[in-house]
Amino acid sequence: MKRRTIYRHKLLPYLLLAPQLAVTLVFFFWPAGQAIYQSVLIQDPFGLRTQFVWLENFQIVLTNPVYLESVRVTIIFSTAVTLLAMAPALLLAVMADQVVRGASGYRTLIVWPYAIAPAVAAVLWLFIFHPSIGQIGQGLRTLGIPWDYRINGDQALLLVIFVSAWKQVSYNFLFFLAGLQSMPKTILEAASIDGASPRRRFWMIVFPLLSPTTFFLLVVNIIYAFFDTFGVIHALTQGGPGRSTTTMMYRVYRDGVINLDLGGSSAQSVILMTAVIILTVVQFKYIERRVHY
Amino acid sequence: MPSITSPILLQVRRLGVATLIAAFALGSAFAQRVEVEFWHGLTQPLGGLLEEFAADFNASQDQYHVEASFRGTYPDTMVAAIAAFRAGNAPHIVQMFEVGTATLMHAGGAVKPVYELFEETGVDFDPDIYIPAIKGYYSLPDGRMVSMPFNSSTAIMWVNNDALREAGLDPETTPLETWDQVRAVAKEVVDSGAAPCGFSMAWPTWTQFEQFSAIHDVPLATRANGMEGLDAELMINSELHVRHVQTLLDMQAEGSFTYGGRDSNADALFPSGECAILHGSSGLRARVVREAEFDWSTHMLPYYDDVPNAPLNSIIGGASFWVMTAPDRTDAEYAAVAEFFNFISTIENARRWHVESGFLPIRFGVFEELEAEGFYEENPGADIPYLQLTRAEPTENSRGLRLGNMPEIRNIIQEEFELAIQGQQTAQQALDNAVQRGNVVLRAFERANR
Repeated sequence: MKRRTIYRHKLLPYLLLAPQLAVTLVFFFWPAGQAIYQSVLIQDPFGLRTQFVWLENFQIVLTNPVYLESVRVTIIFSTAVTLLAMAPALLLAVMADQVVRGASGYRTLIVWPYAIAPAVAAVLWLFIFHPSIGQIGQGLRTLGIPWDYRINGDQALLLVIFVSAWKQVSYNFLFFLAGLQSMPKTILEAASIDGASPRRRFWMIVFPLLSPTTFFLLVVNIIYAFFDTFGVIHALTQGGPGRSTTTMMYRVYRDGVINLDLGGSSAQSVILMTAVIILTVVQFKYIERRVHY
Repeated sequence: MPSITSPILLQVRRLGVATLIAAFALGSAFAQRVEVEFWHGLTQPLGGLLEEFAADFNASQDQYHVEASFRGTYPDTMVAAIAAFRAGNAPHIVQMFEVGTATLMHAGGAVKPVYELFEETGVDFDPDIYIPAIKGYYSLPDGRMVSMPFNSSTAIMWVNNDALREAGLDPETTPLETWDQVRAVAKEVVDSGAAPCGFSMAWPTWTQFEQFSAIHDVPLATRANGMEGLDAELMINSELHVRHVQTLLDMQAEGSFTYGGRDSNADALFPSGECAILHGSSGLRARVVREAEFDWSTHMLPYYDDVPNAPLNSIIGGASFWVMTAPDRTDAEYAAVAEFFNFISTIENARRWHVESGFLPIRFGVFEELEAEGFYEENPGADIPYLQLTRAEPTENSRGLRLGNMPEIRNIIQEEFELAIQGQQTAQQALDNAVQRGNVVLRAFERANR
């Protein structure tokens, strides 16, 4: 049977929804509409000369090998960031869940990085990994490892992945911990009595029961890796060296803000938007089926 | 309502009316001042020095008021000004870095060229007071000036004298004029362990391609480096350019060159003592004076001595002031802008800016005056940028650049250069790719601005 909340006034629910709808319209739908409109135009930066070009901007973007390279970088980057942000968070959450004394202290410490702005986080890690002024950077070089993310593309990508993931661990940790703490203790106790080892209890009971949280975080982390990592990349590598850390998002900025190619940049935004929508729909359609609520 | 009869109350009423009249008079006095919005992109302490000029202008007369405000870095300021123009409320004046010159020059009705501004307002202005390398950069091919020069710099070579001494070289007598000499010294410094890095450069595209092309009298692009038309094409895959990148790759292989990153990232390598020789902006001087704990000197950029005509003058960097239009802009506002420009271009103010900020003395007379007073003996090396910039009559190749979307072209060249440094492609491949990709950007600009 369906539960239904009955409002006496027809207007009230809409009134209650209005603020959220207004925010969504002004800050999401309007800019998205602008991007779609701009993506079919070729225009000088000042908006003085405008040509309507149908889908030519998309054709230019999608046939550009440099753009396709940024798609490849984005796939590697987002996959790595999502895995690296979620696995350690789960491990930390499981361990923090077992801590009895000083639990809130641990939790607070682990949550700290989330409060740091991406650009600040990037600068912090720059001071650690910079090959000439960073402690670890210098250390690696004295050990004979040619560490220099300014000229080594793989190292640069590794560094931005690491910093981006590190920033997100806290967020994931909080959700995992909340998930663990709301776990029904009776099932776990029953399993213990049946002689299941802690490892087995985790994989057979805790992990499946945690799957709604894991699923939610998967979606959030992929969106984070796509859209929220601009600050880290901008502060650490500016997309370089070469194009090794230029993600699709960074490319949008480069082409739109530095290059002032509004049409091409908008076309890329639209592509990015479509990609994330498809990804989210796929996740909901297929992965959600395997999630236990 | 009872009428006021009490003498005291009458007095109060009169006073009130008088105050009201006074307030109106004061208000209209303020209203008479024409307000001018001026957006700049200079961080402290330079931004503060610039704002002092606006304050002094405001104090010098009572008709106009210039409101100078910081709007972020140059690219940020550019984007902010463009967005403001699109919304119909562009600032009157915007400071723009040299690589934004082409973008603004082709902005059509968005920008009022300064020659037009001075003609229309009747304010006297002579563009020939500026030294040719500066005037040429901001003028149309026929010599009409489009933006107002102010803070100009150029690239020079910074040398750590102590590191040279430690490597057994005498900085007074060791020649550092050609690339062979610079390379030999950088190698000696690294081999002897005097510094971990022999040679590096900030602003790789600017110092190793733009300045390099001007000094060696080779074109960076066709159509007089873009000055004569939007259909220019890059020419940085010439034999000489390839040879230079190969030299840098060879230097990297032998350990005498260390890449220091894009844009200004490598600036820090010199004052910290890490790199013994650095190609960077002359604007680095204030920082070197403040931070370097060693004996240093400045030199002109090196050249290949078998190239005919080399060395020519270098070209400028830095920024200039642009006049922007808006639908509701009045003649009085343009007059205010013209008067302000007139104020900053006086010899006293050009001199003060040069001495206080370390940017170039941009007009004739300033350098000679200071030299006669012994300023450059007290500040050794402060004359090198000016001498390098004026050492030759600018040619088509050393007058400056005017390429659309230049910030992006700089990035493309940096990218391809970095890929060569990583060993992923040869010097020839890097420059061929840079030309091919850069031309795509130039064609896109041509198309959008046609």
